[in-house]
Amino acid sequence: MNTLPDSVDAQNPVIEISHLKKSFGHLEVLKDISFNLLPGENLVVLGKSGSGKSVLIKCIVGLLKADSGIIKVFGQDISDPDNKVLVQLREKIGFLFQSGALFDSMTVRQNLEFPLRKTKKDLTEKEKENKIHEALENVGLPDVIDKMPSELSGGMRKRISLARTLVMSPGIMLYDEPTTGLDPVTSEEISELINGVRKKYNTSSIIITHDIKCAMIIADRMIMLQEGNIYKEGNPELFKNSDDEFIQSFFK
Amino acid sequence: MVRTKKNNLKQVSDDENKDSIFIDIANGFIFIKLIFKETFSLDFEFKEFLYQCYQIGYKTLPLIAVTGSIMGLVLTIQSRPVLAEFGAVTMLPGMVAVSLIREMGPVITALICAGKIGSGIGAEIGSMKVTEQIDAIEVSSTNPIRYLVVTRVLAAATMIPILVLYADALGILGSWAGANIKGEVSLILFLSQAFSHVEFIDFFPAFVKTIFFGFLIGAVGCYKGYHAGNGTASVGVAAHSSVVLASLLIIVVDVIAVQITDMML
Ligand SMILES: Nc1ncnc2c1ncn2[C@@H]1O[C@H](COP(=O)(O)OP(=O)(O)OP(=O)(O)O)[C@@H](O)[C@H]1O
Ligand SMILES: [Mg+2]
Repeated sequence: MNTLPDSVDAQNPVIEISHLKKSFGHLEVLKDISFNLLPGENLVVLGKSGSGKSVLIKCIVGLLKADSGIIKVFGQDISDPDNKVLVQLREKIGFLFQSGALFDSMTVRQNLEFPLRKTKKDLTEKEKENKIHEALENVGLPDVIDKMPSELSGGMRKRISLARTLVMSPGIMLYDEPTTGLDPVTSEEISELINGVRKKYNTSSIIITHDIKCAMIIADRMIMLQEGNIYKEGNPELFKNSDDEFIQSFFK
Repeated sequence: MVRTKKNNLKQVSDDENKDSIFIDIANGFIFIKLIFKETFSLDFEFKEFLYQCYQIGYKTLPLIAVTGSIMGLVLTIQSRPVLAEFGAVTMLPGMVAVSLIREMGPVITALICAGKIGSGIGAEIGSMKVTEQIDAIEVSSTNPIRYLVVTRVLAAATMIPILVLYADALGILGSWAGANIKGEVSLILFLSQAFSHVEFIDFFPAFVKTIFFGFLIGAVGCYKGYHAGNGTASVGVAAHSSVVLASLLIIVVDVIAVQITDMML
């Protein structure tokens, strides 16, 4: 119901970015970024810390306004965040914050309910409750539903905020470092979960990560950012077998 | 540079030289415009509004009770000798009631609320900004101005007048207690003496200005929180600067209100 609009066929990219530019004052974070995200694809974005990965996906949901360039989501231009289009599109975009950004004055249940409040008004309380349980089940934390975020460990918070994103079952997911700070076992589980979500809801995702193991599990395609430009783009094998020193340094 | 036409807050706060006072004033007006725009949007966050009324109004009652009654008590004890000199002790209840209702109740209550509520709002919204919770609200298809700001500003604008009335009432009771220290006065007699001097024109302008005080406290707290920089230090800055600015604006608005009332008389 809330997945892709009718006009999107299997070939059209769900996100098209061309010549995106963003700077803060004199700091040019993104200089000239162009790429597409295809339907059902997992695109991994690699890059050094501070290379502008988080800025890039914040531009996609309109949390930051790009200086120039075109961003199209489901074929709709959102480079100039006109509120109406953007609000509608945001229902279809899940965004996992690098910091988690859980609402710390609310319980886990209220946190998960929050995105449903506006987007799924027609659901009954029971259906909402089911969705919340399902999302918590997915991240393996069904028991913490009535806890406050401050009572959870860092990794649990990360997983709850992933659940809060999944609860809307969005057509596009933007994950900002979903596995950072998690133990290897959980981090592999999360990677599998990302794949699972894609299979179940046919989600197209952009995943930012430093975790190469996770990247190799989920990536269909990778891009690497450096100094505000795309340094390399290709499938995971290409990256793995590259003899470029900079790329290899990520695989060590 | 300020791009006034964009109602997008981040446009303005992203600018480099945002320390300039003129930028700050311009941002302030844009913010107020935005509050009005979102207030009259159809989809009002009623539940959050009620919760904020509870937080802002109910939780401040004890503080206001203490300060209000002490205000009346002290005012009575201190003015009695002066009035006695002129042989006008019978004027005491009326004088205290009028000065409480016209000036002391509204201004002192508002200043206390600026300290308690203004700093609370500033710190809360500031930390939500710093920890990206406001961004998270935005990507959850909820308008953060509507959800966070409008509810708080309206709650403050409705609760502060009520708190002021409460402070006035307890102030008059405190004054009665003060009058009882020297010679017994019945409460009924005291009240009838007090209210025989109070007219509508004493009450109404004071009531209207408290609505403005409430609006200011809420709006300044939200503005400072919303424009907090990055990092925890800016939460502290948001909290204290909202108290300072709100107190200052309360005094300024009070002067203007007094002038206007004076012209009406
Ligand atoms: N709101 C902002 N205001 C000013 N500068 C910013 C802002 N957000 C990001 N930056 C700057 O943009 C650059 C890129 O930041 P970004 O958060 O995108 O890095 P990143 O690639 O996500 O790094 P990490 O892997 O550490 O998360 C940094 O130099 C940062 O200082
Ligand atoms: Mg980042």
